[in-house]
Amino acid sequence: MTMPAVAGADAALLRTEGLTRHFRLGGMFSGRQLHAVDGVSLEIRPREIVALVGESGSGKTTVARLLALLYRPTSGRIVYDGRPVDRLRSRRDLLWYRGQVPTVFQDPYGSLNPVFRVSHGVLRALQLHRPELSPAARQAEAERVFETVGLSPARRLLRAFPYELSGGQRQRVGFAQALAVQPRLILADEPVSMLDVSIRIGLLNLMRDLRDQAGVSILFITHDIASARYLADRMLVMYGGHLVETGPTEAILGAPRHPYTQLLVASAPDPRQQLTEPAGALAAEPPRVIDPPDGCRFVGRCPVAVALCAQRTPALTQLAPEHHAACWVAAAAASGERAQVAQQVLER
Amino acid sequence: MAVPLLDVRDLSVAYLSEAGDVGAVDHVDLAVEAGEFVALVGESSCGKSTLVFAIARLLAPPAEQTGGTITFRGEDLVHLRGEALRHLRWRDYSVVMQSAMNALNPMKSLEAQFGDAMRAHEHVSRSAIRQRTVEVLRLVGIDPVHRQSYPHQLSGGMRQRAMIAMALLFSPSLILMDEPTSALDVVAQRSLMGQITQLQRELGFAVVFVTHDMSLVSHYSDRLVVMYAGQVVEAAPTATLFGRPLHPYSRGLFDAFPSIRGPRTRLTGIPGSPPDLRRPPAGCRFHPRCPVVMEACRTQAPRLADQDGTLVRCLRYPGSAAT
Repeated sequence: MTMPAVAGADAALLRTEGLTRHFRLGGMFSGRQLHAVDGVSLEIRPREIVALVGESGSGKTTVARLLALLYRPTSGRIVYDGRPVDRLRSRRDLLWYRGQVPTVFQDPYGSLNPVFRVSHGVLRALQLHRPELSPAARQAEAERVFETVGLSPARRLLRAFPYELSGGQRQRVGFAQALAVQPRLILADEPVSMLDVSIRIGLLNLMRDLRDQAGVSILFITHDIASARYLADRMLVMYGGHLVETGPTEAILGAPRHPYTQLLVASAPDPRQQLTEPAGALAAEPPRVIDPPDGCRFVGRCPVAVALCAQRTPALTQLAPEHHAACWVAAAAASGERAQVAQQVLER
Repeated sequence: MAVPLLDVRDLSVAYLSEAGDVGAVDHVDLAVEAGEFVALVGESSCGKSTLVFAIARLLAPPAEQTGGTITFRGEDLVHLRGEALRHLRWRDYSVVMQSAMNALNPMKSLEAQFGDAMRAHEHVSRSAIRQRTVEVLRLVGIDPVHRQSYPHQLSGGMRQRAMIAMALLFSPSLILMDEPTSALDVVAQRSLMGQITQLQRELGFAVVFVTHDMSLVSHYSDRLVVMYAGQVVEAAPTATLFGRPLHPYSRGLFDAFPSIRGPRTRLTGIPGSPPDLRRPPAGCRFHPRCPVVMEACRTQAPRLADQDGTLVRCLRYPGSAAT
């Protein structure tokens, strides 16, 4: 599956080509493979917030871990700033890359070391990634990033232990650590899902401000399309390890093309709207990702599936400017070729 | 008015600690009619889960009920002990916990653990257990072949369904649900909510549903009770509360979640975080975070008062200020 070339593709800050990660299951001689991520080609441009949306098990966290070089891809490439990075091995190279592309994790309770003051993580990141700074300059820089993420007064909060901070504050420490290394892209894996509703918005606003003021790009991984819409310029929708729809946020939510995206949009709770019954199977079994057969992974739940869908995997196809979907039926509908798809099916 | 199914009056629960007692639930009244769906909404540490645990008589030290009464079908739950409580629990009311993975026994198949629950109440044959297991699994939309499955073999959504199936073993008249959907993604969440309300229509049980996500229950609950710092701050029929939230905290919660439709506007959320309940703020407990705070709020504690059919605890409404 390849993503058709789009205008300005060379301007991508980070780009993947056919990124794939399989995990072997069972014992040494077991041939069973779990296809966590299959053929994902995506790009993130400078100063852009991209949301990666999908249900649990769709492979979105595996994508984040691949991009953070915590997993090695089974196949495919990761290109950062024009340079392939998926084979980086040396400590110096990894340090460089992780300084450019730090990660903020989901669990603000588990990702800070409880026995150190929160200044420890920030100062250590500064020491590793910006060794030219003197200790005094490191302290000043730590205070600056704490103030930037809304941890004020920075001097006092830097001396706090994680248990003294609320969940929202801890997650801000995570962003402060990421910001300290002067990143160009922050990978944020479900950064708000464990926070209270009233505190989430503050963090979402913080991410937007970081983009607007510090100029970083953000890959925002979430299962919540409402916060994806609130924050993101573009959306990538994953299902069963495949990218099934990509495009500008408003274009996707205004006119979702892939049946899974349609189901997702229809399922989002919205008290301002009447309840409508979404089409498609809400409670069907999860997609088959262990030794999956060819074909669309959503076929078992899809309300509009045709025979072709179970035979050949649809590729991402441009259906509107910048708006791609991997769906035979949507592609046929877009080009008025519904009859042609039916024809193809009959021929097989 | 008829006696409600569940009548909680003036209930207080504290977590006893050496550094000072934490008043997690503070003088809460809650009445639930038969067949009603009541949602308890609030942030973490607002006392909503503690309230549900108190009703279920599942409080364990250091938590202790420090006052109030709980009447369920005319029976005083607070003073029931041992056998009498055991007899009532699960048969007449049941509980669905937040994390089904932790609430189900990982070492037993569904049928085995459902059987345990049934045998705790009556002498039943194996075939009766099998028959009832198949029935309740069908009710919640799980293929009965899974009666032999272990929890780890089920998806997150199916586990939560299995928990609900277990809660339905005896056709109880009340099911307490503590964030049963918060570990699920939106599609599974939506499907489970639909299923709960459908079962409720068919079987007629009442639900007390705890959640931090107001938008989730907007289409399903009959009444909303908003809690803050251990107190009820607003209670009203769901449509009324969504149409016109009165308390500044309810308004804040309502404005805190982005919509997937309509204009994209910058939201503000609610600045600050919930208070330390060992030392709750003087006056109104919400005043340090309140966008429309008045001078009186800092010293005078508002009462929960009726305002056109909505109960609200805020000095901006005349009834609340009365002493």
